[in-house]
Amino acid sequence: MAQLTCENLALGYEGKTVVSDLSFAVNSGEYLCIVGENGSGKSTLMKTILNLKTPQSGKITTDSGFAATEIGYMPQQTAAQKDFPASVREVVRSGCLNRVGLRPFFNRAEKQLAEDNMKRLGIEHLAKRCYRELSGGQQQRVLLARALCATHKILLLDEPAAGLDPKATAEMYDIISDLNKSGTTIIMISHDIEASVKYASHILHIGNGESMFFGTKDEYVSRGGYGA
Amino acid sequence: MTDIIDRLIFYFSFSFVQYALIVGVLIALCSSLLGVTLVLKRFSFIGDGLSHVAFGAIAIAAAFSLTNQFIVVLPITVISAVLLLRTGQNTSIKGDAALAMISVSALGLGYLVLNVFSTSANLAGDVCTSLFGSISILTLSTLDVWLSIILSVLVIAVFLLFYHKIFSVTFDENFSTATGTKAKTYNFILAIVIAVIISLAINLVGALLISALVIFPALSAMRVFKSFKAVTICSVFFSTICAALGIIISILAGTPVGSTIVAVDIVGFAIFSLIGYKRG
Repeated sequence: MAQLTCENLALGYEGKTVVSDLSFAVNSGEYLCIVGENGSGKSTLMKTILNLKTPQSGKITTDSGFAATEIGYMPQQTAAQKDFPASVREVVRSGCLNRVGLRPFFNRAEKQLAEDNMKRLGIEHLAKRCYRELSGGQQQRVLLARALCATHKILLLDEPAAGLDPKATAEMYDIISDLNKSGTTIIMISHDIEASVKYASHILHIGNGESMFFGTKDEYVSRGGYGA
Repeated sequence: MTDIIDRLIFYFSFSFVQYALIVGVLIALCSSLLGVTLVLKRFSFIGDGLSHVAFGAIAIAAAFSLTNQFIVVLPITVISAVLLLRTGQNTSIKGDAALAMISVSALGLGYLVLNVFSTSANLAGDVCTSLFGSISILTLSTLDVWLSIILSVLVIAVFLLFYHKIFSVTFDENFSTATGTKAKTYNFILAIVIAVIISLAINLVGALLISALVIFPALSAMRVFKSFKAVTICSVFFSTICAALGIIISILAGTPVGSTIVAVDIVGFAIFSLIGYKRG
């Protein structure tokens, strides 16, 4: 059963169509990498999947495991976060909010979940540190821990390795790969085609006409990739 | 020193001085609560724009010779706040330009309305009072005091109830929306609360100085503290202490209340900056 199916999507912003005729499906437990040129519409696609934007045309169908309250999302960092006074624990806990409903405070289980996820990503010793003072790799781990608090079913990641040094990048990919092996569906935007081919089960190459591709990693490699 | 204390005791035997202190501290508390969010969401300019709108509303109230200006000021400010936040979210309309337009329009038309319709003998004095606060806080009626207390309690309650949501929406609106927190609803609530605070604060410091009450506590606390909770708590203390000090100094020295509070805020900010700098 496909967790997410997109049929004949057309995406764009401010009236311009960036990509059209986009169709693909993601099943539970798969690892999809979305690659493509800058401006090809990768982030727009992710925002559309997340319901932050509406597609210009086409249809997105999701199964019941894909409600907004069961999505984990790791966006790219925003400018506002660069001087935001927040401790690591505060940021990670905010991932639990979709379980809270109208209750004003977190309960013990939610707090524990945040602690567990910090431990899982090796940042529990940073819990009291200020988010903005961490290194890029540590910040990404914090955002990933927050995303894990929101779900364990499906994770959407927007360039999780952006701005990281090679060591931190490799660590980040390993963490994501481990999460996938433990059953979490991964949909990830990446610039790094080499790493995408190494870790992903499926590849979606966004482009127009001929360069559009969706299929398994092996099919992608046998076609010689695109832009690699 | 004893002389000063004697004078303070003497002044505080008057109920209007007590009212001024209670209301002043409450307003300072409320405005500091949301200061952090406003500064971080780059909304500080909205507070400034809204205060101009509130001035326009006061002018209309004065033109109709309403004794309780609050009845006019509050709804107009709330509606403007909601509209402003809407335009801010729409990227095709430049939020700051729209805001600048609305605030100068309100200011200009407000003064025009006052000039044409006001029956007051001291027009310049009225305008100055609305813009800089001056004495109005010492002439609060019991109704004003109760209204301020009730609205302050509401603002504090809303803040406490939605504390974690406000944090999440401020830190990362896309993430909140994507994971099912209704960011738009909370932005809407924020807009209303901001408007309520501004309508209240116009009594204390006047239209032009409201932003100081919102921005200084948050910025000062952010110099020293590193977590959202600590910054919020620190801004509340910073703001209430500065407001109380400002009111007391203004009573003793006979200076205008609003500008004295702002002066104390500036000194406080300087001290916190120094502490933050020393800590590295």
